[in-house]
Amino acid sequence: MAFEGLTERLQNAMTKLRRKPTVSEADLRETMREIRLALLEADVNFKVVKDFVKQVQTRAIGADVLKGLNPAQQIVKIVNEELTTTMGTEAVPLNKSEKIPTIIMMAGLQGAGKTTTAGKLALKLKNEENARPMFIAADVYRPAAIDQLEQVAKSIDVPVFQLGTDVDPVEIVRQGLEQAQEQHNDYVIIDTAGRLQIDEKLMDELVNISNLAKPDEILLVVDAMTGQNAVETADGFNDKLELTGVILTKLDGDTRGGAALSIRAVTGKPIKFVGQGEKMTDLDVFHPDRMASRILGM
Amino acid sequence: ANFRHVDEEFFDNLEEALIESDVGFEMAVSLSDQLREEVKLQNAKSQQEVTNVIIEKLVDIYEQQGKNEDNAIHFAKQGPTVILFVGVNGVGKTTTIGKMAALYQRQGKKVLLAAADTFRAGATEQLQVWGDRDHVKVVTGPDQGDPAAVVYDAVNQAKNEDYDVLFVDTAGRLQNKVNLMNELAKMKRIISREIEGAPQEVLLVLDATTGQNALTQAKLFKESTDVTGIVLTKLDGTARGGIVLAIRNELHLPVKMVGLGEQVDDLQEFDAGEFVYGLFKGLVTATK
Ligand SMILES: Nc1nc2c(ncn2[C@@H]2O[C@H](COP(=O)(O)OP(=O)(O)OP(=O)(O)O)[C@@H](O)[C@H]2O)c(=O)[nH]1
Ligand SMILES: Nc1nc2c(ncn2[C@@H]2O[C@H](COP(=O)(O)OP(=O)(O)OP(=O)(O)O)[C@@H](O)[C@H]2O)c(=O)[nH]1
Ligand SMILES: [K+]
Ligand SMILES: [Mg+2]
Ligand SMILES: [Mg+2]
Repeated sequence: MAFEGLTERLQNAMTKLRRKPTVSEADLRETMREIRLALLEADVNFKVVKDFVKQVQTRAIGADVLKGLNPAQQIVKIVNEELTTTMGTEAVPLNKSEKIPTIIMMAGLQGAGKTTTAGKLALKLKNEENARPMFIAADVYRPAAIDQLEQVAKSIDVPVFQLGTDVDPVEIVRQGLEQAQEQHNDYVIIDTAGRLQIDEKLMDELVNISNLAKPDEILLVVDAMTGQNAVETADGFNDKLELTGVILTKLDGDTRGGAALSIRAVTGKPIKFVGQGEKMTDLDVFHPDRMASRILGM
Repeated sequence: ANFRHVDEEFFDNLEEALIESDVGFEMAVSLSDQLREEVKLQNAKSQQEVTNVIIEKLVDIYEQQGKNEDNAIHFAKQGPTVILFVGVNGVGKTTTIGKMAALYQRQGKKVLLAAADTFRAGATEQLQVWGDRDHVKVVTGPDQGDPAAVVYDAVNQAKNEDYDVLFVDTAGRLQNKVNLMNELAKMKRIISREIEGAPQEVLLVLDATTGQNALTQAKLFKESTDVTGIVLTKLDGTARGGIVLAIRNELHLPVKMVGLGEQVDDLQEFDAGEFVYGLFKGLVTATK
């Protein structure tokens, strides 16, 4: 891993502290600086880092950690706990509609992993609930987006509703939902085109789809390698849409994934799943404690 | 008279703006220290002067790292030029090929595309759409087939049918996947074996929204395929791609092209001045 983990950083800082009879506020400040650096190197947004470090400092002072035994370990524990709490302690399952179909809409920036993740989700539902999902192909912009979805769908034996690329995505969704009603699909997953949160026209399109379909889940798909900008993206999508959750993709890489903390902090929305590869089976439930350790490099 | 005071806050904000642009913490601190010095040295007073000094200095710092490099795309003196595209998943490799192919086609070059991503669903069809749009031929292979075989076919067509430029599209892969990185190195070896001096360019495509991981991407792709330059995509969004400063600093890899959207014309040559202005333009407009 390219960066020093937090444990290492704190051990180093604490070795210096240990040589002194008493620990001062300046020492505490130095420790907080190390935490700040570790989080910034993990790509946590700097504003989120600021608030987070303040929180940790308050708790550290309250717990008198610097006077206790092994202050480094205690601080790491506090940081880890705070991080896990911020990220939502427990895994949150998918929302389910009382009447079928449960409607899931994927949203996010270009190339984040929406189409691939739509496939993974459908397979998961089939395997775990014996579900009969259907896809709606609402990306009429990306070259061969429908071909991609159809190939994904075929590999997991799930039907696709599509009207080509010349029909308005809102109309495609409307007709797709009608078909799902007729065919009694219990889940509908809407694959939408990637878009920038500042693209008003395309964001309005998403809002229109959402108003029409009233999805039970609007999942923001985010690339785990995202840097400081994760906050602006998540904020932008969350402002326009009632996001219900987040899926973090490409965690099979060696990124620390600080974006997870940033997104959770600004939207308050749970991260529900993580993508761990390109295969249809590479989707896992999100575990906040594991993510905390990963961000901290432990 | 009390500019010194304003000045300090300005530089604190500058440091944050740089961090926010993903240049990385250490780079941000080191840059803002250097910039503070430069502003003092040049005795810049007004906001406008300060801004100008900062832009000049940042461009300077960027270009110093690039001595003996140039950010032009290199072509073979004779025979086909091969441009190999590499990068992690979803960054914009296929789209950039679509844009660049159109550019060269318009310049009168005879262009060929190789769909050597046989892995991802719909990848060949996606490149084919670009080929149709650009009126450029695409060499394809069977789905899930050997990508090296597609490369081999395409290189030989390029040679035998007098193409000027061959673009090779590869599947996205994360740099920590050793097998996939070896597969990529193999494709590059085939190109070099079949055409002396090729590939003339190995372009690493980086998504501007990427954080510190981009540095590891650049390191490992450089190790396996000897990357010659970077294409920085998605700069039309709110991300600024500051990590390329650190990449330039550590690995001396220049940015050659910039992606600014999904349409065929949304491609530009990299302009260091415009780029560094973008790194902190939020700060400049906010304090104006
Ligand atoms: N390694 C890895 N790759 C992934 C993961 N999820 C998606 N990908 C890859 O990321 C790339 C982009 O995925 P897509 O599903 O096409 O992304 P998208 O958000 O639908 O893209 P657009 O429709 O163009 O906006 C593809 O190469 C996928 O195979 C993951 O969890 N791990
Ligand atoms: N906004 C914006 N979107 C871009 C840009 N370049 C590419 N995209 C979009 O990003 C998504 C992924 O682009 P691709 O060209 O498929 O990326 P790739 O690297 O070939 O992806 P894989 O082959 O799956 O690894 C598509 O939706 C593109 O339209 C850009 O400069 N700006
Ligand atoms: K991305
Ligand atoms: Mg898609
Ligand atoms: Mg591609």
